[in-house]
Amino acid sequence: MRRIISVLMENEPGALSRVVGLFSQRGYNIESLTVAPTEDATLSRLTLTTIGDDHKIEQITKNLNKLIDVVKLVDLTEGSHIERELLLVKVRATGAQRDEVKRSVDIFRGQIVDVTSNMYTVQVSGTSEKLDAFLQALGEHTIMEVVRSGVSGIARGEKILSV
Amino acid sequence: MELLSGGDMLVRALQDEGVDLIFGYPGGSALHIYDAIFRQKGIKHLLVRHEQGATHSADGYARATGKTGVVLVTSGPGATNAITGIATAYMDSIPMVVISGQVPSDKIGEDAFQETDMVGCSRPIVKHSFLVKKAEDIPEVVKKAFYIASTGRPGPVVIDIPKDVTNPVDRYPYKFPEKLRMRSYTPAGKGHTGQIRKAVALLLSAKRPVIYAGGGVVQGDGSELLTELAQRLNYPVTNTLMGLGAYPGTDKRFLGMLGMHGTFEANTAMHHADVILAVGARFDDRVTNTPNKFCPGAKVIHIDVDPASISKTITADVPIVGTVQSVLNEMLEMLKASTDMPDQSAIVDWWRQIDDWRERHGLYTAPRYRTNGDMIMPQEVISAVHEITRGDAYVTSDVGQHQMFAAQYYRFDKPRRWINSGGLGTMGFGLPAALGVKAAYPDAEVVCVTGEGSIQMCIQELSTATQYNLPVKILCLNNQALGMVKQWQEMQYEGRLSNSVYEESLPDFIKLAEAYGHLGMKIEHRDELHGKLAEAFAIKDRTVFIDVYVDPTEHVYPMQVMPNGSMRDMWLSKTERT
Repeated sequence: MRRIISVLMENEPGALSRVVGLFSQRGYNIESLTVAPTEDATLSRLTLTTIGDDHKIEQITKNLNKLIDVVKLVDLTEGSHIERELLLVKVRATGAQRDEVKRSVDIFRGQIVDVTSNMYTVQVSGTSEKLDAFLQALGEHTIMEVVRSGVSGIARGEKILSV
Repeated sequence: MELLSGGDMLVRALQDEGVDLIFGYPGGSALHIYDAIFRQKGIKHLLVRHEQGATHSADGYARATGKTGVVLVTSGPGATNAITGIATAYMDSIPMVVISGQVPSDKIGEDAFQETDMVGCSRPIVKHSFLVKKAEDIPEVVKKAFYIASTGRPGPVVIDIPKDVTNPVDRYPYKFPEKLRMRSYTPAGKGHTGQIRKAVALLLSAKRPVIYAGGGVVQGDGSELLTELAQRLNYPVTNTLMGLGAYPGTDKRFLGMLGMHGTFEANTAMHHADVILAVGARFDDRVTNTPNKFCPGAKVIHIDVDPASISKTITADVPIVGTVQSVLNEMLEMLKASTDMPDQSAIVDWWRQIDDWRERHGLYTAPRYRTNGDMIMPQEVISAVHEITRGDAYVTSDVGQHQMFAAQYYRFDKPRRWINSGGLGTMGFGLPAALGVKAAYPDAEVVCVTGEGSIQMCIQELSTATQYNLPVKILCLNNQALGMVKQWQEMQYEGRLSNSVYEESLPDFIKLAEAYGHLGMKIEHRDELHGKLAEAFAIKDRTVFIDVYVDPTEHVYPMQVMPNGSMRDMWLSKTERT
């Protein structure tokens, strides 16, 4: 099952490599990974998505918790949560395609953020599933380049992950 | 406030941390630190002959004393040579702080002379690591390193220090932190009382209980409590390779070691158990054999300080995260306060069954090995040494058949007496570890049980023994082959001895020992074994290399059937299977 694990860790050099190293060392896989400092400059927030059964996820969270730099973590998929990923895609758009692509972008509530005579650069955000669906809707032949940010997430309601 | 250079700060911080002994090897990037060591008196530094030796010596010191072992090496090859020893300590959860010199900060990343990314190289085999950026950070980093290394599940911590940081010219105010607060590191303390209560109830309901105790009981100083618990309940105890000595080896409730080369009674009792109390053990693959065939009828209580060890390979029915001491203490208090008792008739029946297993194939009721004319049997050597040292020696070991014979036949009654590389299985560990123990306890009898293969992996440390007058006994069970490799090749590869023999190339160990200034003694005949061993052990002021020629055809038994065997599936001899 796909899980989103959100980690608060010390904003120290080497901290990220310890997390990534843990995954390769223990044979866990990382689907996506995002990391950036938080409003408290001493802390970084890292969000990773991984796939595994309950036993594997338990081991992953236990071993992440064992890392000295990790302050706190939460498996967001255990409760209701908001998940966002940003997609930037360059799409071939000439002639009649231009309107067609524009319509798809509107349907997915995306934005065209750059234009050339042959191409649109489109920005869409949402769950990974939605981004997958958008790419599918575009059809392979029009896609020139895809960049995805990886998943960020936050719990719904009053639950917070902080020190 | 006093002004100190980075190098002096490091040495002072080590003193303030209570360090009195360092094992190390100097080199370019560590020279400022070495100069600071030269100019002080509180800390003794032992110069080893190879950085791997430094880590194993510090490791042996740590295992015997319970204190944190300290290593100092230079950058590049000094640091990478330490890697095997760091991994050894990591796998066995040994508290160790390894300080490595690094090239100057402005050279990092330039492929400078003797540069390696030590923090990167060591990352998967350390509990934590630090790259020191400023001299002012040194006291706090040292404090944190020792705290992390020695608390929770202990382990090695690396402190990598660029040369400019220890520069003697730049001086800074020195203050050693009295207290430490780390928001990201809170090692487990007391166990959950509700869980402990459940565990006690389950234990009391057991009809076929086994207490399975590992290295965590030794490391966590829980032996006395464990012994009290087992004796109070009259439950059988088995120890892992790492746990030997956690429960008195000669006590009648002790079933011997369990696992791949565990005793018939320990492995069989585990297989048939209805309740297993696992304490400071991690259900290693060398214990469980095939996990889905492991102890089919057992409920498992698992006490460990490391939550990640619990339900990793075998699911715990009652998991308890906490220090062995605090959890066992609480269990004992509950037992004392409780009016419930174990089912005595069931326990009597269980002991009757276990005694029957012991009688049939136990290692200690009768000799289970065949003698071979004038040949010395390796098991007899260990038993003889046990007798001569009255079971009171510190025994370090290398890795292979001799290690298993020592584990089986030197029946350790006390914790911290059996010092071996269990998790990583590092050949070359024994001799430097023995020197570390001897450095800690100069008056103790220290024996390194080794083989002619393992001893050659760190034999250069014979020179360290000479320099610092560390007289240990080196007991080489010489079977003229890589015995355990050969045993597997004979059992699983139709006897094709691929690269496990030396073809007449072995050195004369007696002359070699003498070349280093030690004594050498060769024992080849069965009838001279006891006499010569007694003679060797009567020598207290010299290192003695005892080269014992043992039956080269002997295998270690019992041996669990692999792959796909359960706990109770064992070879009992070359021809006998359970």
